[in-house]
Amino acid sequence: MFKHRAKAAYVLIFAALVGYATYASQVPGSWAGFKPFRLGLDLSGGTHLVYQADISKVDPSAVNDAMKSLRDVVERRVNTFGVSEPLVQVEQSSFSTAENAHKLIVELPGVTDVEEAAKSIGATPSLEFKLVIAKEMEAFQASTTVRDMSTSTQEAAYLALFQPTGLTGRMVGKASLEFTPTTNEPAVGILFNTEGRELFAKITKEHVGDYLGIFLDGVPISVPVIRDQILDGRGQISGSFNAVDASKLVRDLNYGALPVPITLISTQTIGPTLGQAAVNGGVRAGIISFILISIFLIVWYRLPGLVAVIALGVYTSIMLALFKYIPVTLTAAGIAGFIITIGMAVDANILIFERMKEELARGRGIWDAMHEGFARAWTSIKDSNISSIITGIILFYFGSNSVIKGFALVFLIGVLVSMFTAITASRLFLYAIAPQRSSKLSLFLINNGFKSRK
Amino acid sequence: MWVVKNRKIFYTVSGILVGLSFLSLLFWGLRSGIDFTGGTLIEVSYPGGRPDQGEVVAALSEVDPSASVRSSGSDSYIVRMKPTTQEEHSLVTKALSLNGTSRAVEKTFDSIGPILGTEALYKAYLSIALVILGIVLYITFAFRKVSEPVSSWKYGLIAIAALIHDVIIPVGVFSVLGHFAGYEVDTLFVTALLVVLGFSVHDTIVVFDRVRENIRNSSGKKAFEDIVGESVSQTFTRSINTSLTTLIALVVLYFVGGATIQHFVLALIIGIAVGTYSSVFIGSPLLVTVEKMQARKR
Repeated sequence: MFKHRAKAAYVLIFAALVGYATYASQVPGSWAGFKPFRLGLDLSGGTHLVYQADISKVDPSAVNDAMKSLRDVVERRVNTFGVSEPLVQVEQSSFSTAENAHKLIVELPGVTDVEEAAKSIGATPSLEFKLVIAKEMEAFQASTTVRDMSTSTQEAAYLALFQPTGLTGRMVGKASLEFTPTTNEPAVGILFNTEGRELFAKITKEHVGDYLGIFLDGVPISVPVIRDQILDGRGQISGSFNAVDASKLVRDLNYGALPVPITLISTQTIGPTLGQAAVNGGVRAGIISFILISIFLIVWYRLPGLVAVIALGVYTSIMLALFKYIPVTLTAAGIAGFIITIGMAVDANILIFERMKEELARGRGIWDAMHEGFARAWTSIKDSNISSIITGIILFYFGSNSVIKGFALVFLIGVLVSMFTAITASRLFLYAIAPQRSSKLSLFLINNGFKSRK
Repeated sequence: MWVVKNRKIFYTVSGILVGLSFLSLLFWGLRSGIDFTGGTLIEVSYPGGRPDQGEVVAALSEVDPSASVRSSGSDSYIVRMKPTTQEEHSLVTKALSLNGTSRAVEKTFDSIGPILGTEALYKAYLSIALVILGIVLYITFAFRKVSEPVSSWKYGLIAIAALIHDVIIPVGVFSVLGHFAGYEVDTLFVTALLVVLGFSVHDTIVVFDRVRENIRNSSGKKAFEDIVGESVSQTFTRSINTSLTTLIALVVLYFVGGATIQHFVLALIIGIAVGTYSSVFIGSPLLVTVEKMQARKR
């Protein structure tokens, strides 16, 4: 008896400490440190962008690397926004066609000016090198006067001369700001990586005398003539740069040139007030449900009901702490999931108490009935919880968005934690406070319902 | 046990509900949210007073002539239109403020491309199928030692019949609500269905588990019908009380949890109520029916 009480007290003290730490760490500067709940975009407000990556020009074996570097590049871009805890991730759907299989997901908490954000992410330059055969260029120039160049048909015809070479900004290893020796104008020096160096050498070898157009975002910024084969992978882009533009291009090439073109396919923006309302609603719903369920449990199940309420308190405190320290990103659906698991966590308790009542009706003593109740309810609890876990895992893996995944994670953790609190913790509490001798009062307290079945 | 004795009544009630759900699906279908079809959904509020609905529609017609505008609350509209690109978004923003003459605040802006929509739909079907398959396999495994008088895979199949019943009815209700009140079916709705599946099988398993235990204890002396009846009455209070606590939580959530999840919670309430009904009044009686059919064959 004493041993049960001591153990029960430990569990209670532990749960109370966990609960208090979770509560205290919501505000900065407390003894428990500052660790607020991580709220999903639908609660904190912010922007969720989904991009589709066009990998049609990427060698299939290099796709994963390209996507990884795409993520890194966008992440660096996003970090310059000064957003706290942005999320950038690539996602591959295994069962759609190759063209739309690769996606880039960007979440920007607190950012609601989606125009600005999307522009800064999407506008990173794509650098391309394209060839024009010298003869074609000369023929074109001969047929066109400078004045005609301004018309759009001429411009289109001019751009059509350029043939892609496969050499892109992805193959730039390093870029630096330089000044041209003759005119002392700012220029951008580039050093290709191994792959780029080989391709560059090949192109410059086969096309001496031809033109190599350097395209930034589809616009030719400089069209130098290839004078000689270049083996060391070094090049210089000189155009009519001023120093600011040149250093911006250097930065973009080093950190920002997108290795894969992306298009925006989904935008979600949630204003901050709506999120706050959802948080308040969720918290209020949680508290009210907890109180109502507690009243029901105590009225119907009496002493064991009280035990179930305490176990539910332990459950809530452990769950909230886990949300914080795993951490689980809470969404409106996740909070709903948590409140549903409060209702479901009681299930194991109810199964056990109903079983105890039956055993009492068969004439067992209080302690025997309690032991039997826990032992016999176990198979039902196990089977039904395993089926819930199956559902949770499938939801988690096949959920199509973060809302569903968040819900599934909360649901899964809830099932696991409730097995501990509703069985192990409840048993400890019940053993600690159960009456020792069978009297009319103690039988009433341990029994449940409005009439005891005989 | 009255539940088992009167099973024909319960079969009829369920039959009617499932039949009506099918009819509604057949005639009215479901109203898909932009999650599945692709499209743009904007909630916009006008703190300085809401302009006329017709003006907003007219302003939006430049971008999408078939944009629909519905009022929401006292100062907001919900706009639904085709998927928008970044450039179109700024046109929409301008149109919503009636070219800057009216202050408009975009509370939410969702635009989902058609590819993402198709993918979400595919994943929804896939996860429902997988959950059902996973559960039937698990039940067949968990009840593998029970083979007399009804073999274990039949327990699994009956559980699935009950599950399909539990999914069809909320879907039917949402089809009716979609027709009359514009309720939409989105990925959250599918999540609700999956939770209902998990919850309902939970209930069914508890009753089956009791049947299994009682078969073992009776060692062939009692009629199967009586064993099932006894099991249902032993688990009856538990089934009702567990659903009750969960429903308490859900009803509270429905009223104070905020508008964003209200339809999701409603789907859960319907599904869990129906699920509890089916595990007590349909699942277990079906065991008896199956056993009787086998006996007749022999």
